[in-house]
Amino acid sequence: MATVPTTVDAAGLSWGPRALLRRLRSGDEVARLITLIFALVVVLLTVLLVYQLWVNSAEARHRFGLSFLWNTTWDPVANRFGALTFVYGTLVTSALGLLIAVPLGLGAAIFLAELAPRRLSDNLTFLIDLLAAVPSVIYGLLGVFILVPIMRTEIQPALKRAFGFTPLFQGPVYGIGLLTAGLVLAVMIVPFIISVSREVLLAVPGDQREAALALGATRWEATWKAVVPYARTGIMGSVFLALARALGETMAVTMVIGNNPTISSSLFSPGYSIAAVLANEFSEATGNLYLSALIELGLVLFLLTFVLNGLARLLIVLTTARGSGVAQA
Amino acid sequence: MTLRRLLGFAVLAVLFTAPAWAQNINAAGATFPYPIYSKWFDEYHKVYPNVQINYQSIGSGGGIRQLLDKTVDFGASDGPMSDDQLKQAGFKILHFPTVLGAAVPSYNLPGVTAELKFTPEALAGIFLGKVTKWNDPAIAGANPGVKLPADDIVVIHRSDGSGTTYIWTDYISKVSDDWKSKVGTNTSVNWPVGLGGKGNEGIAGLLKQTPDSIGYVELIYAIQNNLPYGSVKNAAGEFVKASLAGVSAAAAGAAKSMPDDFRVSITNAPGKGAYPISSFTWLLIPAQIQDAAKRDAIKDFLHWMLATGQQDCEPLAYAKLPKEVVAKEEKAIAMIQ
Repeated sequence: MATVPTTVDAAGLSWGPRALLRRLRSGDEVARLITLIFALVVVLLTVLLVYQLWVNSAEARHRFGLSFLWNTTWDPVANRFGALTFVYGTLVTSALGLLIAVPLGLGAAIFLAELAPRRLSDNLTFLIDLLAAVPSVIYGLLGVFILVPIMRTEIQPALKRAFGFTPLFQGPVYGIGLLTAGLVLAVMIVPFIISVSREVLLAVPGDQREAALALGATRWEATWKAVVPYARTGIMGSVFLALARALGETMAVTMVIGNNPTISSSLFSPGYSIAAVLANEFSEATGNLYLSALIELGLVLFLLTFVLNGLARLLIVLTTARGSGVAQA
Repeated sequence: MTLRRLLGFAVLAVLFTAPAWAQNINAAGATFPYPIYSKWFDEYHKVYPNVQINYQSIGSGGGIRQLLDKTVDFGASDGPMSDDQLKQAGFKILHFPTVLGAAVPSYNLPGVTAELKFTPEALAGIFLGKVTKWNDPAIAGANPGVKLPADDIVVIHRSDGSGTTYIWTDYISKVSDDWKSKVGTNTSVNWPVGLGGKGNEGIAGLLKQTPDSIGYVELIYAIQNNLPYGSVKNAAGEFVKASLAGVSAAAAGAAKSMPDDFRVSITNAPGKGAYPISSFTWLLIPAQIQDAAKRDAIKDFLHWMLATGQQDCEPLAYAKLPKEVVAKEEKAIAMIQ
């Protein structure tokens, strides 16, 4: 918008009244202030959210202290509350979801960005974006009525026959449980990974590809060794967006996870996630301590997301520092 | 706290913008009686156009909380408030039973067409995880002539906090000391075994999909969706299949020993034909209402509900209050001042 050439950048603003007036007139300052306010609103919302969770969970925090984090009992009658079973269920289902969705999503994104004809790629991407807009309760219903019976009669017995010697695939087969919840989550988060990764891959400069091809790389080698590493940060970003969605998913998970707070090594066993127990028990929670414990669960989920995101950032920083020479040379 | 206060302001804002001549009354609470409450409030508004009762079915817990925070004029709950909660309130709250509900044992047992009979011992054992096979003597003993499989029982319970769970656990607490000491009575409990389904429809879905399973659903839901359910042995020793009449009979049986504040559990009630897993659902009304017009409107509604409103029960598959309870409530309305 501003056409007045200026050499003053954000770091070296001169703050005299005349200078300020000039910048106001040119529109730069107005734009800067407005966008600053928007940015602050988002920060403020997050701070408010944490503040409310913190204040309203005071009773449970004082009563249970840190033991809330590793206690496994959740008994509203006796007023004893612990979060570990829910943290376990949340982490296991999200990890399963990522384990399935990341290879699938990344593979699809590479095909769509690098190998498919542009028209086909655009049309398929449109359909995939539609998937991301399907309400989660629909995924839950599909899970209950289609996936669960197949899991119970076909997939889980087959897994039990093949891998029953490992602790992961033992115990009674109900159809619902951690594995099914992970599968439903995978289906729900894969569109995010595909959609964002494809955009990132498309944004990789053509030089990168051509340089690799010029050095004698095959098309696949150029994609895998030159294009994908270049887009790595963006791809990781898509994975963390997907992870955030998986951690907080409520309806679809509660419909297929079994809603039983247990910690079992078997993926067939029913479990319970933080978001699911909040949705289930919040409306009928009467006692103050009970309510406060539920809110503390919300705080735990927030912290969990915070820590995982932090680790993810760290991972990006570390891998970028090590690999950038190869990828961007 | 701040959030709740904000909500309170929002409700106030809505109140002040309403036309001055209309008497707006806000209420919130239990979801189980919501269909009949909304019909009542709607009908009442047609007869008395100047009274408008807005009811939010946010759950019993939410109803009690909003009443304590004074963001609603009255609340509604599937379980009576505890002594502690009443003490905490800081103002006197009266309970008024409105209709009755019941929970029934429903099951999916392939190959068994006969209707099963359950003793209290069998139900407690199954939900405690002690009776694990369908052909256990605890079940088989009450069902002579039925060929029960030797399969594992899959227990299914509600995962969301619910009045139905309250009735169910209240009943098992009364018939099993083991359950009373280990699990207890509440809208959500620490289940010893089983899978959780969200809502009646979640239970019904799991039951349908899981062979050899047993769960409990609201009587109304079972009737409206034609779910098969078993009969339960009552305190008089007879096996009763839940019906609206059986539920009202349980209330009549308990009416004699009804305390003046109506906070009574009628599970395992005495009397012939009484279905043992039944309960009242209550309106929670402050004993002191400052606004005279509002107070009169609420009292008038209660009178109407006990006389005319009760006739709406059966078409909607709710069990109505027995005469004894209606008479007692009519007297209690005078306590609202």
